[in-house]
Amino acid sequence: MSIRKKQAALVEALTDPIRAGYAELSEAEQFTFAEYKPEEAERTGYSGYSYWKSTFRVFSKNRVAMFFTVLIVVTLLFTFIQPLIPGQKDPNLIYNDPATGMQFRNLPPSEDFWFGTNSIGQDLWSRTWAGTRTSLLIGFAVAVTEAVIGIFIGVMWGYVRKLDFLFTEIYNVFDNVPQTLVLILLSYILNPGVATIIIALSLTGWMTTARFIRNQAIILRDRDYNLASVCLGTPTHRIITKNLLPYLVSIITMRMAMAIPSAISNEVFVSYIGLGLPLNIPSLGNLVSSGVDKIMQASLRYQIVFPVIVLSVVTISFYVIGNAIADAADPKNHVD
Amino acid sequence: MIKYILKRIGSSLLTLFLIVTIAFCLLRLMPEEGYFNNYDKMSPTKIKVGREMLGLNAPMYLQLGRFYKQIITLDLGVSSRYRVNTPINKIIGPKMLLSLKMGMLGVGFSLVIGLSLGVIMSKSARSKSRFKLWDKLGSAFVVIIQAVPMAVYCLFIQIFGTELLNRFFRLPMLFSRENSLTWILPVFSYALGGISMYAMWTRRYMNDEANKDYVLLARAKGVSAGKISRSHIFRNAIVPLIQYIPTSVALTLMGSLYVESRYSIPGMGGLLVDVIKKQDNPMVQALVLIYSALSVAAVLIGDILMALADPRISLGKKEDVR
Repeated sequence: MSIRKKQAALVEALTDPIRAGYAELSEAEQFTFAEYKPEEAERTGYSGYSYWKSTFRVFSKNRVAMFFTVLIVVTLLFTFIQPLIPGQKDPNLIYNDPATGMQFRNLPPSEDFWFGTNSIGQDLWSRTWAGTRTSLLIGFAVAVTEAVIGIFIGVMWGYVRKLDFLFTEIYNVFDNVPQTLVLILLSYILNPGVATIIIALSLTGWMTTARFIRNQAIILRDRDYNLASVCLGTPTHRIITKNLLPYLVSIITMRMAMAIPSAISNEVFVSYIGLGLPLNIPSLGNLVSSGVDKIMQASLRYQIVFPVIVLSVVTISFYVIGNAIADAADPKNHVD
Repeated sequence: MIKYILKRIGSSLLTLFLIVTIAFCLLRLMPEEGYFNNYDKMSPTKIKVGREMLGLNAPMYLQLGRFYKQIITLDLGVSSRYRVNTPINKIIGPKMLLSLKMGMLGVGFSLVIGLSLGVIMSKSARSKSRFKLWDKLGSAFVVIIQAVPMAVYCLFIQIFGTELLNRFFRLPMLFSRENSLTWILPVFSYALGGISMYAMWTRRYMNDEANKDYVLLARAKGVSAGKISRSHIFRNAIVPLIQYIPTSVALTLMGSLYVESRYSIPGMGGLLVDVIKKQDNPMVQALVLIYSALSVAAVLIGDILMALADPRISLGKKEDVR
C-alpha cells in the first residue's frame, strides 16, 4: 500500500466514529452548543486550561508558601481583632502600681502584662500589636501607592511610543539615586509621621515597578491580538485595561507582596537612626529601636524579643508568599 | 563602547547635579540653627553677622553658584557643629579609610562564602535526591537574611556572638582598632547581606544555565560533570553578578550604618545620621554629595565591568529589552 493510501485509510478510521456520531444528530441539534463534558473534551485534546486555576494549583502545592499564608492570615486577623477583645490595655497609657503609686517599670512578662512592660510602664503586649498595625498600614499603603503609580507610568511608558525615549532618560537619571539617601533626607526635612514615611518610601519604590510593567507592555503591545484589536477600532483605554493589564496581574501581585516587607524594614531603619515615628505612635520600628538600648541586660531582653518575633513572622511570610506567587504565576510551571 | 561610556558618564553627572541641587535647596528650608555651633546663646546681631559670613543672605542662585564652585575645587567646606570649624575633608578621610578596610574584608568574605554557598545549593537543587537538604537549608538562610531587617539580625549577632566568643577569648563587646579579634563580628555582620544575595543569584543563574543547550552538548561530548560545572555553568552564571561588585564596594565606603553604630566603629557609617541628628547642615550637604557620587559611579563601573567580562553583551543596545 502506498503511503498516500495508508494516510487516507488512517484518516477514515479516525474520522468515521465522529462522522457516525454526527449522523445520529438531527439538523437542529448539530447547530446547538454541546454540553461541556471534561472526559469528552479530553478526547479531542482540549485541556480546560485556566490560567488562574493553574496558578492557584501550583501555589497551593507549595507547602511552605501555604504554611506562611495561613500564618499571615491568622496574624493579620488577630492584629485587627486584638483591640476589640475585652480587657485589652491601652498601648500609650502608663500603668502605675496601685499599692505604691509607682510606675510598673520593666516588669518581665506576667499574667497582667503578657509581654511585660517597658521602661516607663507601658504594656508591651498592646504596644506590639498596635505597632504591627501601624507597620502593616505603612506596608500596605506603600505597596498600593507603588502599584498605582508604577502601573500608570509603566503602561504609558511602554505603550505610548513617543514617551519611551523621554521616560527612559528620566529613569536612567533617577534610578541612580540611592534610596537610603532619599529616605534619610526626606525624614530629616519633613516632620516624622506615618505620612512622611509612606511618601518617602513610595517616592523611590515605584520606579522598579514601572520599569517591570514597561518591559512587559512593550512585549505585549505588538502581539497579533493587540494589532487585531487596534484594527477593529478598540479604544486605547480598553486595550490597556482588557488586553494588557490581565497579563500583568501576576507581576503586580508579586511586586506588591515584596513591597510590604521592604517597607516594614525601611521603617525599622528610619526609626533606628532616630528619624522615625514619635513614640506615641507605636510601630515595629520604634519598638525595636527602643528595645535595642535594653539589649545589654539579659533580664530586659524580653522587651525586644517579642516585637522581633512578630516583625520576623510578618516580613518572612510576605517575602515567601511573594516569591511563591512569582513562581506560580509563571505559565512554565503550570505543565505537570 | 566609548560613545556609550561617555553618554553614561554624562547622564551620571546629570544625576549627581540634580541630587546635589535638590539636596542643597531642601537644606535651605531647614532651621538655621544648623549653621551655628551655639545658636541659642547668640545675639541677633551675631547671628546676622554669622549669616553674612556664611553667605546665607545672598540670593539662592548666588549661593548655589558658590556651592558648585566649591564642589569643583573639591573643597567641601567646614563642619559647623559636628566638629566645629574643622574642614570636612579632614574629618571624612580617616573614617573612609577605616570603613573601606572593614568593608573590603566584608566584601571579600561575602564573595567567597556566598558564591560557594550558591554553588552548593544549585548542585543540591539539581541532584536527584528527594530531600535536597542543602538547597532547603540555604534557601531558608537566604529568606531569613533578606526578609528580616538588618538592624535586627545584627543585634542578635552582637549579643550571641560576643557571648560565644567570650567562652574562648576575652573579647570586649565594642570595636577597638588594636584588637584584631574585635574585627570578627562586625565583618561577619557586614558580610551576611552580601552572602545571601550572592548565594541566591548564583543558585538561580546556575540553575538557568544548567538547562541550556550548550551544557547538553558538552555532556554529549563526554566532558566530565565537574568540568562542565566549573568552566561552563559557573563561568557563565557569575557574569551578571560582576555588575554588583562595585556597588558592594561603594556601599562599604559609605560604611554600614547598623554595624558601625552597634560596635561604635569610628567609620563613615553612622556619620550621616550623626550629623543629621546634630543638624550640621554643611556636613549633611557634603555627605549627600559623596554618597551619591559613590553610588552613581559604582553603577556605571558595574555596567562596564560586565561588558568586559562577557563579550556577548554590547552596551550600546542595552536599552533594547526584546
